[in-house]
Amino acid sequence: MSEPLLEVIQLYCERDDRVLFDNLNFSLNAGDVLQIEGANGSGKTTLLRILSGLTGNYEGEILWRGEPRAQTRESFNRSLLYFGHQPGVKAILTPLENLQWYAAMHPSIATGRIMSALEQVGLRGYEDAPCHTLSAGQNRRVSLARLYLSDAPLWILDEPFTAIDKQGVAQKERLIQQHADQGGSVILTTHHELSLGERLRRINLNLQGET
Amino acid sequence: MNQPASNAGVVPAQPGMAGLFWAVMKRDLMLAFRRRSDLLNPLVFFLMVASLFPLGISPEPTFLEQIAPGVVWVGALLATLLSMDSLFRSDFDDGTLEQTLLSPQPLFLVVLAKVLAHWAMTGLPLTLMAPLLGVMLFLPTEGMSGLVLSLLLGTPTLSLVGAIGAALTVGLRKGGVLISLLVLPLYIPVLIFGAGAVQAAVTGLPLGGYLSLLGAMLALGVALAPLAIAAALRISVSG
Repeated sequence: MSEPLLEVIQLYCERDDRVLFDNLNFSLNAGDVLQIEGANGSGKTTLLRILSGLTGNYEGEILWRGEPRAQTRESFNRSLLYFGHQPGVKAILTPLENLQWYAAMHPSIATGRIMSALEQVGLRGYEDAPCHTLSAGQNRRVSLARLYLSDAPLWILDEPFTAIDKQGVAQKERLIQQHADQGGSVILTTHHELSLGERLRRINLNLQGET
Repeated sequence: MNQPASNAGVVPAQPGMAGLFWAVMKRDLMLAFRRRSDLLNPLVFFLMVASLFPLGISPEPTFLEQIAPGVVWVGALLATLLSMDSLFRSDFDDGTLEQTLLSPQPLFLVVLAKVLAHWAMTGLPLTLMAPLLGVMLFLPTEGMSGLVLSLLLGTPTLSLVGAIGAALTVGLRKGGVLISLLVLPLYIPVLIFGAGAVQAAVTGLPLGGYLSLLGAMLALGVALAPLAIAAALRISVSG
C-alpha cells in the first residue's frame, strides 16, 4: 500500500470551551470516500474547514502525502477542491462568469470545459442569467459544476446535496463513485444515505472514531 | 447548437500572473458596475461634504479659499473610508473569499488586484471630481495641479491601508466602526502631506517634497499592505 494521501494524527479541537473532537486519528488513501457523520453541531463543518486549511484552530498533525500540510500549502491547494457551506457563487454574476473566475484562480482548469460542465449540471440555457435569478438548488449546482471541471484528486464537500433534487443527487453520487474509481479521494458530510458500497468509510464525530 | 451571443466575450484565461491579475480586476470591476448605487455612494458623500461646508461655515470666498485644500482632502479620505467596509464583505458572505484563500494562486497578487479595482472605483473618480469641488470652494487655479497630483498619489495609499482594516474586520458582524478606529491613525500622515501639497501649490512653493513623500508612502503600501491584507484575511476566515 502506498502512503496515504491525507493523514490526521491526534486531532484536537475545541470551540467556545466545548471539545468538539479529541484524539481523532484517520487516514485517507487514494480511492477512499470518507463520510463524516454526527449530529448537528458536532463539528462536521469545523473538521472539514480544518482539513481544507481554512481554520488553524486545532492541535495535532495533518500530513499531506507524508509531509506536514503547512509546508506543502501550494501543492495541497492545487490538489484540493473544497465545496463549503456557502457555495461560493456570486449572486450578481452569471454561472459562466462565476466558473470563469474559479478557473482563473485554478490555473489547471481548462476554460473550454466550462460550458460542458454547466450542461452536465443541467444549467445549459442559464449560463448568462445572473445567479440571483436562479433557485437555491441551481445556485448549488453552479458550484457543483466545479466537480466536472477540476482535476483535483482530493474533494472536500460540505453538505453537497442540500437543495439538490433526487436526480441530481444520484448523478453526483455516480460522479463521486467515478472520481474514487479513478483514484481520487472524497471527504464529505451529508445526511443523505450514500450507496457507494465498500468504498465508503464512515467517521462518526459523536462516537469519536471510525465505525 | 448555436452559442449564445454573449459568449463572444469569453476569452480563454491567459496563463501567468498578468492573466490572474487581470481576471481578478475584471471580476471586481464587473461586480462594481452591476451595483451602481454602491459606486455612487462615496462620490455623493464627497460632493455633499464640499457643498455643505460653505453653507455651514461661511460662503466668503477668501475664507473658503483657505480651507479648501483641507476640506477636499478630508472629504476624499472619509469617502474612501466609507467605501472600505464593502471591499471583502460580500466575498466573505457568499464563500468566494474561502475559495480565494484555498486557490493555489498567490494571494498577494489577488489582493493587490482587488484593491486596485476598488481604487479605480473610488479613489480615481474622487480624484477626477476633486477639481470641481476645488472650484466650488474657490480654490485658486494654481492649486488644482497640486490637488489632483496629491490625490492621485494619496488615494491608492488610502485604499491599501483601508483594505487592511477591512480584511481584519470582515469576520465581525459590525466591522464598520472598528475599521475607522483601526485605520484613521494610519490615514493621518497621508492627509497631512496631501493637504500640505495643495497648500504649497496655492502659495507657489515647490511640490516635489510633498509628492515624493506621498509616492514613498504609496510604494511602501504597494509592497507591504498586500502581505498584511492576506494575513488578515486568513485570520478573519479562520475565526
